[in-house]
Amino acid sequence: MNKRSSWALPYAIFLVLFVALPLILIMVYAFQDSSGSFTFANFTKFFTDADAIGTFALSLEVAIENTAICILLGYPAAWILANRKLNRSAVTIVLFIMPMWINALMRTLATAELFHMVGIQLGKGTLLVGMVYDYLPFMIYPIYNILNKMDKSYAEAAADLGATPWQVFWKVQVPLSMPGVVSGIMMVFMPTVSTFAISEFLTNNKIKLFGTIIQENINSSMWNYGAALSLIMLVIIGITTLLQDNNKENSGVIV
Amino acid sequence: MKRFFAQCYIWLLLIVLYAPIVFIAVFSFTESKVLGNWTGFSTKLYANLFTGNMQGTGSLMSAIENTLIIALIAATVSTILGTIAAIGIHNMRGRAKHAITFLNNIPMLNPDIITGVSLFLLFVFLHVSQGYVTVVLAHITFCTPYVVLSVLPKLTQMNPNIYEAALDLGATPFQALRKVLMPMLKPGMISGFILAFTMSLDDFAVTFFTRGTIGLDTLSTYIYTDARKGGLTPELRPMITIMFVGILLLLLIINIRKIRNSNQQAA
Repeated sequence: MNKRSSWALPYAIFLVLFVALPLILIMVYAFQDSSGSFTFANFTKFFTDADAIGTFALSLEVAIENTAICILLGYPAAWILANRKLNRSAVTIVLFIMPMWINALMRTLATAELFHMVGIQLGKGTLLVGMVYDYLPFMIYPIYNILNKMDKSYAEAAADLGATPWQVFWKVQVPLSMPGVVSGIMMVFMPTVSTFAISEFLTNNKIKLFGTIIQENINSSMWNYGAALSLIMLVIIGITTLLQDNNKENSGVIV
Repeated sequence: MKRFFAQCYIWLLLIVLYAPIVFIAVFSFTESKVLGNWTGFSTKLYANLFTGNMQGTGSLMSAIENTLIIALIAATVSTILGTIAAIGIHNMRGRAKHAITFLNNIPMLNPDIITGVSLFLLFVFLHVSQGYVTVVLAHITFCTPYVVLSVLPKLTQMNPNIYEAALDLGATPFQALRKVLMPMLKPGMISGFILAFTMSLDDFAVTFFTRGTIGLDTLSTYIYTDARKGGLTPELRPMITIMFVGILLLLLIINIRKIRNSNQQAA
């Protein structure tokens, strides 16, 4: 039986070659100049460049705003969808999930064209609205999932013990649904902070996000600077993932 | 009353969400080059798409072909590689198992752009010229973890004695694998394959960074270049519409059946 653990060997080699080594290479290139000697120049270049810092801050801001709007719009929607009294149709749930299966570029392009036709100037406003369009389903789905699986007797018990419906909602249902909200945040925040094509479409290239600068540097053969920027993004992603892991441990009630 | 407002909210959100797609679909039935300019009902764009009678057809058609071929190869290879790996991982213990599951999770957690840039740097570092092969390898990289994660639960659910029993009854390990193990893993392999296939179809960023400069286009990169040039090729409208309606029907059928089944089981 144990001999079969060696079956994982080909994939282990594959993972080292195509997952571990590439990530190590990002780190190596980030700390090198174009001739290959060790340097911090790529990072000092970033931290002294007001434009780059501005873009970075804007990307974070847009990602946070998008995530917040998605929670505000998506939580009530998920709550209604998971509530048997308010929604009996399975079709509406499928309709909300479906956009997740359609090429994001196509959806974004359609949104941008719609703004264009209605005559709305493309800019930060359209960027946010377009991103909410793209990512709202990714927020609704995990929250819906957790609310749907939630044991209804908790809410009933709270009501029996004298909680008002409002208290039941805030003190029982919201805390119990937090893991869904957290995975929703992951599924919305991460892609928004790293996107490049979507932001270009939605602002007609007027507003650059962090992803766009990475792409431009890599495409114009500034590999080392591009790698440094990627490493900075990896750190952001790493921090968000760690925050999520902590949260998971704290809210192990239903997971 | 509460139900009425709830339903209003839900349908309002849906109408807003679907507005852009409906808009594209409506304007796929007119000939105008500019979107939003209605020049009378026409199915010419559809005809053009199918007969290939349009400007720059060659490139759109080959982009669609590339997308499908790459997705098919990537999904097939990922399913084989991932299933074998899952069997191995299932039989591993301790630190090695930890390490391999950790590495397996990375492509799923990483944003596309990081996967794309890191693989780009790998191919630069190894002096591999980028093109079809590198795109397929990159797609296998981010698809396989999903297969592994689809097959692993099936292995955990399985009674290990069944496989041992087959061996005791005289099956060769290969026969036991083909006749006992595979049928039990099949549902996981199929859902892994479908996941991998759709991930590959949907990908933009990784393809963008690993396709090199030989002019290889998948549908996503085609749309990207097309949109950046300014005018969107009108024939993309019917294509988006067809893809959307196709996925819509498929998902509605699959999901409604699934929800009905689970409701019946719950009742």
